[in-house]
Amino acid sequence: MADFSLNQSASQSNIGKIVLRWLLYVLLGLFALYYLLPLFVMVTTSLKSLEEIRTGSLVALPREVTFDAWKTAWSGACTGIQCEGLRPYFWNSVLLAVPAVFLSTLIGALNGYVVAQWRFKGANLIFSLMLFGCFIPFQVVLLPMARLLGLMGIAGTIPGLIFVHVIYGIGFTTLFFRNYYVTIPSELVKAAKVDGANFFRIFWSIFLPLSLPIIVVTVIWQFTQIWNDFLFGVSFSQAGTQPVTVALNNIVNSTTGVKEYNVDMAAAIIAALPTLFVYVVAGKYFIRGLTAGSVKG
Amino acid sequence: MAPILEIQNLFKNYGATEILKDINIAIEPGDFLVLVGPSGCGKSTLLNCIAGLEPITGGNLHIGGKDMTHVSPKDRDIAMVFQSYALYPTMSVAKNITFGMKVRGVDAATQESKLNEVASQLQIEPLLNRRPGQLSGGQRQRVAMGRALVRDPKLFLFDEPLSNLDAKLRVEMRSEIKKLHQTLGATMVYVTHDQIEAMTLATKIVVMKGGVIQQIGTPAEIYNTPANLFVADFMGSPAMNLIPAKVSQNGNGAQVEIARNGDAPIILRDQKAVGLPENVILGLRPEDIAEAGFRAGEGVQEASCQVDMVEPAGADTYVVSELGGKQVTARMHAETSAAPGESLTFAFDLNKVSYFAPETGERLN
Repeated sequence: MADFSLNQSASQSNIGKIVLRWLLYVLLGLFALYYLLPLFVMVTTSLKSLEEIRTGSLVALPREVTFDAWKTAWSGACTGIQCEGLRPYFWNSVLLAVPAVFLSTLIGALNGYVVAQWRFKGANLIFSLMLFGCFIPFQVVLLPMARLLGLMGIAGTIPGLIFVHVIYGIGFTTLFFRNYYVTIPSELVKAAKVDGANFFRIFWSIFLPLSLPIIVVTVIWQFTQIWNDFLFGVSFSQAGTQPVTVALNNIVNSTTGVKEYNVDMAAAIIAALPTLFVYVVAGKYFIRGLTAGSVKG
Repeated sequence: MAPILEIQNLFKNYGATEILKDINIAIEPGDFLVLVGPSGCGKSTLLNCIAGLEPITGGNLHIGGKDMTHVSPKDRDIAMVFQSYALYPTMSVAKNITFGMKVRGVDAATQESKLNEVASQLQIEPLLNRRPGQLSGGQRQRVAMGRALVRDPKLFLFDEPLSNLDAKLRVEMRSEIKKLHQTLGATMVYVTHDQIEAMTLATKIVVMKGGVIQQIGTPAEIYNTPANLFVADFMGSPAMNLIPAKVSQNGNGAQVEIARNGDAPIILRDQKAVGLPENVILGLRPEDIAEAGFRAGEGVQEASCQVDMVEPAGADTYVVSELGGKQVTARMHAETSAAPGESLTFAFDLNKVSYFAPETGERLN
């Protein structure tokens, strides 16, 4: 008798668990849908003709798929008086983001290596100051940075923008690498010292090969930051050196007459594609790198 | 022969904290020196100072007759094995072993032949292409030793190399290190907190506490004539019995009085107690207290004691009795008739007895 009632309550709680689990899935599914809806609208709208946008519903699938809007966005849309589309600005962004990501990652790796493994007097203070740098709002540095770039003679150029992004990225990249390297036993450095390796040799032969997960994290982070940046891009560029985010803004804001939603949507997707691509390619390392760190001896 | 490692008046401070105080050690080629002490006693720091991984605050250090006080680790002609093994995680076993030679620019053929030599010596040939992550603890330990051996240094330094291994493997590796020491005839400095490791491996032991050397001596010296209460208590398992006792002088002899549970005090005669102060701590190893009838000879005296506890340990049985207000352990043969609550006649062998001053803890005899 007692056994029976026990079994019953056990199976009841099992049913409760299953119901709860399904509720959870439904809820998660709803959130995912909600989150994906804007992307869906963007993609479908970019594939419609202007005519169809005007007459159809916002969430309806395109009756007739056309890539005209994409072509216009890439090479024909007007930013102010020029009508070259996003293409030149897209390449500006590539020329800007690739070196800036590479340099800030490299410097961050070296900084993190020093702060974590070559402790010196004041190392903690310097690290704290670098961390502080992560939290300085962009707006605060606009004027001093403009002055500095002017003095250096790289105002309004792509190297100038690279410089700004490298400086601004060092705080984060140092933080990432420091937190990763601090979990590596210091005996590794000692062993390498006894083996005769110097500062750079130890970095190059032992630490860098260990760093793939955190390099991926840093590259994704920095690439997203730099590619998506608008404020620095709009402040420190001039005609011809503007990054894609600024061009996108100009395309969307400078249309006269009819608003070409399909072109705007296509341009926005084009501008967002590289970061999307980086996530898809390196995403699994991203999660792994964020949680990883410890190295089993 | 000139000492191969000589440390004179070495001091080490971290800021205002003194980690090592006035360390003086000299060892001969072929010695196996073990630095032993509780955690935080500065033994690992001392090893790092010898390796050159920690700068020293004062004093000097000679290796092979040369002043190495300010020489960088790579030029000290040393090799070191670390507690965590510190194998380079992304390199194969072979690359781990040859990394030092590669850095020093040794040609590939020599690297290859040395690698093979060491690999066969340590029986790790099948592992050469593996990564450290694919090895078991014992195998990693071997590779770490291989990395040290391939260097063929003047001095081997070991920093608690066995403490990450399980008990069985630890005993195996311990005897392997000992064998290695004997076949190579190399000089080794070895840090451990395990006093059994110290006793079994060392030709010379340095017992440390709070950054100060307590005693330097052969294992037998340390074990039989500890310099103070700390060494007496730290070395040996079960620990030496340290029993408060009263000494009285009579004529040309002396007698030692120990309080006993439920009976008059035990009186033991001992010539070594002549001239000692009245209050002493008497130190007697568990194996120097036996059941009456199983130990005879000069200096052996018998007294009946109340047995509090009996702990069979296989080969021996430990019998605990309260003497002088302390739990005193006697190491008796396995078939002893001792039973808790009953009294038994103990035989005290005073040939290796130690006396300590209760106030200072220093040895008196």
